[in-house]
Amino acid sequence: MFVQAPESIQFSSELDDFIEEWKNRPGNLIMVLHRVQEEFGYIPRAAAIEVAHRLGVNLAKIYGVITFYHFFKLTKPGRNKIQVCMGTACYLKKGEDLINELENILGVGLNTVTDDGEFSMEAVRCVGCCGLAPVLMVGKDVFGKVTKAQLPEIVAKYRKA
Amino acid sequence: MSLVNIKIDGKQIQVEEGISLLQAARKAQLKIPALCYHPDLPAWAACGICVVKVEKSPKMMRACSLPVSEGLSVVTNDPELVEVRRSVLQLILASHPQECLTCMRNQNCELQRLSAEFGIRDIPFEMRPKKLPKDESTTSIVLDPSKCVLCGRCVSVCQGMQNVWALEFLSRGDQTRIAPAGDIQLDDSPCIKCGQCSAHCPVGAIYEKDETARVWSNLMDPTKSCIVQIAPAVRVALGEAFGLEPGTLTTGKIYTALKMLGFKAVFDTNFGADLTIMEEGSELVERLTKHPEKLPLITTCCPAWVDYLEKYYPEMIPHFSTAKSPQAMVGALTKTYYAQKVGLDPASIFHVSVMPCTAKKFEVQRDQTMHSSGFQDIDCSITTRELARMIKQAGIDFLNLPDSPADDPLGEYTGAGTIFGVTGGVMEAAIRTAHYLLTNQEMGDVNFTPVRGIEGIKEATLQVAGKTLKIAVAHQMGNIQTVLERVKAAQARGEELPYHFIEVMACRGGCVGGGGQPYGATDEIRLQRTQGIYKDDSISKERCSHKNPSIQKVYREFLGHPLSEKSHHLLHTHYVPRPLYRK
Repeated sequence: MFVQAPESIQFSSELDDFIEEWKNRPGNLIMVLHRVQEEFGYIPRAAAIEVAHRLGVNLAKIYGVITFYHFFKLTKPGRNKIQVCMGTACYLKKGEDLINELENILGVGLNTVTDDGEFSMEAVRCVGCCGLAPVLMVGKDVFGKVTKAQLPEIVAKYRKA
Repeated sequence: MSLVNIKIDGKQIQVEEGISLLQAARKAQLKIPALCYHPDLPAWAACGICVVKVEKSPKMMRACSLPVSEGLSVVTNDPELVEVRRSVLQLILASHPQECLTCMRNQNCELQRLSAEFGIRDIPFEMRPKKLPKDESTTSIVLDPSKCVLCGRCVSVCQGMQNVWALEFLSRGDQTRIAPAGDIQLDDSPCIKCGQCSAHCPVGAIYEKDETARVWSNLMDPTKSCIVQIAPAVRVALGEAFGLEPGTLTTGKIYTALKMLGFKAVFDTNFGADLTIMEEGSELVERLTKHPEKLPLITTCCPAWVDYLEKYYPEMIPHFSTAKSPQAMVGALTKTYYAQKVGLDPASIFHVSVMPCTAKKFEVQRDQTMHSSGFQDIDCSITTRELARMIKQAGIDFLNLPDSPADDPLGEYTGAGTIFGVTGGVMEAAIRTAHYLLTNQEMGDVNFTPVRGIEGIKEATLQVAGKTLKIAVAHQMGNIQTVLERVKAAQARGEELPYHFIEVMACRGGCVGGGGQPYGATDEIRLQRTQGIYKDDSISKERCSHKNPSIQKVYREFLGHPLSEKSHHLLHTHYVPRPLYRK
């Protein structure tokens, strides 16, 4: 198949190895896409084209998958990804107030990246610790029973000095 | 094939095991209402209109995807089923723009028809029509996702039948839409413009780019001489738009209608087909006798196929016939040979082609060789559907028209020219002439039937001049891969080639099933149209391209001989690798 990527992209050797390992296994597409997103923070188009090429999968199929699952992102998130839980418990505990307050602090709303590329915020469903509601995550760090007053401090902690 | 006994609405019938209930019901004179189902495609159970009640099952089942088995007993209609079907329709309509009067598919829409049949008078749900931008990027088709009912036919056609993979479902839930990968424009995707998506779309979400307004304005322009040509498959399908049976030959009526519309000269693409055979047949003979390394020769009459090969198999370009398509040949000769002959300024000619095809709109401007006369050889290509509309707009009583002949000299054709409209036709026509070129003798019986029929890949051998000629015919784009992979495998292993000559047409059944033909094509209708084409062949005075008196005259007066320098300049083209995605 003749797929010419408009721009070339470099995969890490770990990712190369992973793709080699999974190349001929059933169900490999989602596994590979997970690793691609881990590496780039999202699925750049050039990476999707490269994956299509290496796995012999049509690009249309790849986009069908990455637009179906909310987990996969098509745009580059901020350096720090803030995820505010809006699952049932956090919703009832006013998770929405956290979103509104973060919007004040960051100057951008949901699914948008701050101008300096430092932060992006998204609403997610249950993160799995409802007892701590309302919950938010910054990268892989979890914050429970968060109040609006704590938010400036949390943001400051992650902002590049 | 084993038979099973099933009961439909209390009536006992015997049907083949494993067919769907929807198909089985047809045998009991029942057409279970359906929207997403299409006989060309695997059932996908998207719409939920074909629901039936299955005995001993608590839930309603979709007839399209319910395989019949021994003892199956179903109820296909009762007041409750009708109510469910009505609700499903109302839900679809709640997210569908209410623009029927100005829609391309007005009076020819499957959703509109169902809505009328079910007497839908109100929609008791909140109206949530989608608002998505139209994609008008290609020369050939328009994608209007706001009107899409997500039946999935176009995706199934594009990926399954055609193996093109331009279209896919993106996103999910109420955000689901039909688009190329990454919401790029169709023209930047692998789309080959075959238009099969538009031919299978039940509503107005994908349709041909309408160019009738441009044709009308040129017909009105006193400084323009409008000249037209019609393709083989148009003559057996246009009648359907006026209530005639599929396959009814209306060639003479079409010529008359075109003259009434104001065309100064009416030519026939079939003449171009005869000319293509002269050039391509000579190319085949040349490769067989002098350049076996360039075998197999692959036909290039189909612009969707050309686009596909340039994108998916550029390494096979050396095997492509350089002969232009019949449409392009008539275009090139109209603005050169014909213009000189009758003293017309080629700049004043507006050349229109009527094609069963949406990809022909793309072909007329695909590269610089389509300007071989010094002008764009064909100014505008319209589909069978567009011509039907023009005839209706002009108030022409098509059914009662007298016949008239096409104009000389680019209107005369043989049976070999007309069979270009069906799968296997180009091969058969080429064989008729290649036989003569190789042996200097006519074939005893010009009917070469192994290449006829709806089977996806047809193979045959033929003894000519002490040689065995191995041929293959493929149609419906998804079938091509198998044929090409066989050739590539043999090449890679240095084995004898499986074929010397390959004919390819992108659409199922060939051009009779083209993306620009009247809606509703099924294998049954394709067969009727095919029979019309073979009838036209059998009643033709001459049935071999080289015996067309006008072809002989054009070579005598203008081109010299096949593959001459002039032929190469006007009647041949070239191919370049193209990226699958431009973005």
